[in-house]
Amino acid sequence: MDVLLSPQKPWYAPERLLTGFVGLRRLPVIPIALILLLLVIPAIFADQIAPYGPREGGLPKRYLPPVWEGGTSEHLLGTDRLGRDVLSRIIHGSRVSVKVSLIGIALGGFIGITLGLIAGYYGGKFDLVIMRLVDITLSIPSILFALVLAAAIGAGFSTVLIVISYILWAYYARQVRGEVLSIREQDYISRARVTGASDFRIITRHILPNVVNTIIVLATLQIGFVILLEASLSFLGVGIQRPEPAWGLMVADGREVIVTYWWVSLFPGLAIMLTVLALNLLGDWLRDRLDPKLRQI
Amino acid sequence: MRRYLFVRILHSLITLLVVSFLVFGMGRLSGNPLDILLPEDATQEQYDRLNQRWGFDRPIIVQYWKFIQNALQGDLGDSLVKPDSAMDLVAERLPATFQLALFSLAISTLIAVPIGVLAAVKRDTPLDYFGKIIALLGQSVPSFWLGLMLMWVFAVQLDWLPASGTGSWKHMIMPAVALGWFQVAAVMRLLRSSMLDVLDSEYVKLARIKGLNENKVVWKHCLRNAAIGPLTYYGVIAGILLTGSVITEQVFQWPGTGLLAIEAVRNRDFPVLQAVIIVFAGIFVACNLVVDILYAYLDPRIRYST
Repeated sequence: MDVLLSPQKPWYAPERLLTGFVGLRRLPVIPIALILLLLVIPAIFADQIAPYGPREGGLPKRYLPPVWEGGTSEHLLGTDRLGRDVLSRIIHGSRVSVKVSLIGIALGGFIGITLGLIAGYYGGKFDLVIMRLVDITLSIPSILFALVLAAAIGAGFSTVLIVISYILWAYYARQVRGEVLSIREQDYISRARVTGASDFRIITRHILPNVVNTIIVLATLQIGFVILLEASLSFLGVGIQRPEPAWGLMVADGREVIVTYWWVSLFPGLAIMLTVLALNLLGDWLRDRLDPKLRQI
Repeated sequence: MRRYLFVRILHSLITLLVVSFLVFGMGRLSGNPLDILLPEDATQEQYDRLNQRWGFDRPIIVQYWKFIQNALQGDLGDSLVKPDSAMDLVAERLPATFQLALFSLAISTLIAVPIGVLAAVKRDTPLDYFGKIIALLGQSVPSFWLGLMLMWVFAVQLDWLPASGTGSWKHMIMPAVALGWFQVAAVMRLLRSSMLDVLDSEYVKLARIKGLNENKVVWKHCLRNAAIGPLTYYGVIAGILLTGSVITEQVFQWPGTGLLAIEAVRNRDFPVLQAVIIVFAGIFVACNLVVDILYAYLDPRIRYST
């Protein structure tokens, strides 16, 4: 609300600083540019734009500093313990982030939306059980869940996906159910029922299209969260495994040498931060445009 | 109120039961639980002893019952790498984690409350926007990276604080800030929006019309009423701080329960990990319960709605 009612924000308002000077109601230029630059373009064209491969390196070139700290222009952001180019690994690493967040959100979203639709539409016992499960899921700390899973079945890409979809489904289910509860009471739903539409048809044709906005906003807001989560898991060693170039892993590689070779951790972390920041800003903007009801999330 | 209490406690118990079932189930995901509960070079005698203690040759339901029975008596098995029982190891490490979490809670509250309140009072001023930027960054900065960067700046470049380890309160500052940073952002946002609601209410207008000192209006009348929302969030914070301690303790090598969990994963020490998870989940659920009860006590509308 306060976005629509308040007069033009001053230049130093974060909405204008971080979204560009175009104002909040048009396109958020800076976040979109950042997302393209850090996530989309590198993920698609990593092989073309990265100067080196993600595993390419050699011990003689280990721990070369960034170019402005006395390094060479061959390795703009320096090299790591195995002489691999930090910049190239960051570029290739965005692929991991994109892959994990897209698949994770799709999986968690599918389960959550389905259960949310069922809970909201049928109500009664379904609703009770599903909502109870949502509460329980949300009350189990995600990192602990990841640790147990990693210890039981081993860490890796699929473990990360299970953890992410396990955490996400509950948010979708809760949100979708809430929306369905009010949509269900609309006249057009009872009319559809009178004309003989099946439950499945009502849910997929008349209810689902009305919750799509909510789902889009939720998904956008969650990409950043998922990227952070994946990075944390990889940092702890229970996520993506070496030698895959995941951003969280790269930060972990620099942990022990932070005193002397700070660039190994600094740049991948910056990449995470800027990406997540841009995604959060874009999510906020989308929410205000598409679905102001969601403001409290 | 009594009915509300009963329902809430029941919910907490169900949650704990599900957690125990999850942990129990995952220990069996990879087939024979003995494979992950015993070291690789275990003798037949060790196998038999554990088999008898936990009853792995019995049906799964009986096993689960046995697991619950043992867990209720505080027996979650022995560590595979150390000569202690899993519970003892957890109990030994818990104080360090609590210390860090409490310190972090104190620091983040001290930072978040003034900024949150002032951001609402001085809405749309540079101060408000400064708060917003902090909140945005808080949600975007990975805590492990923040910890490393703090270490690099304050321990390496400036040499003000010790880089890792324990000892004095100085050792706690960086881990506590890294751990609490996210919370600062969250509490601040919550407090700001609930303060805005309260500042707009009739009784605040009345207090002002009466000519009450503005400081008193803001810090006493408003803050007290606005604090309810953020207060419930403290239950969530307790959980996040505990979980977050896994990451922060790894960064700063802080010898708490979180580090124990990581070591356990690395050594494939499943009983210890299991014990950490169950203890953490218990604390987490208890915090949520306390907050819910407190919330209902503070806001009578809630206790009558369930």
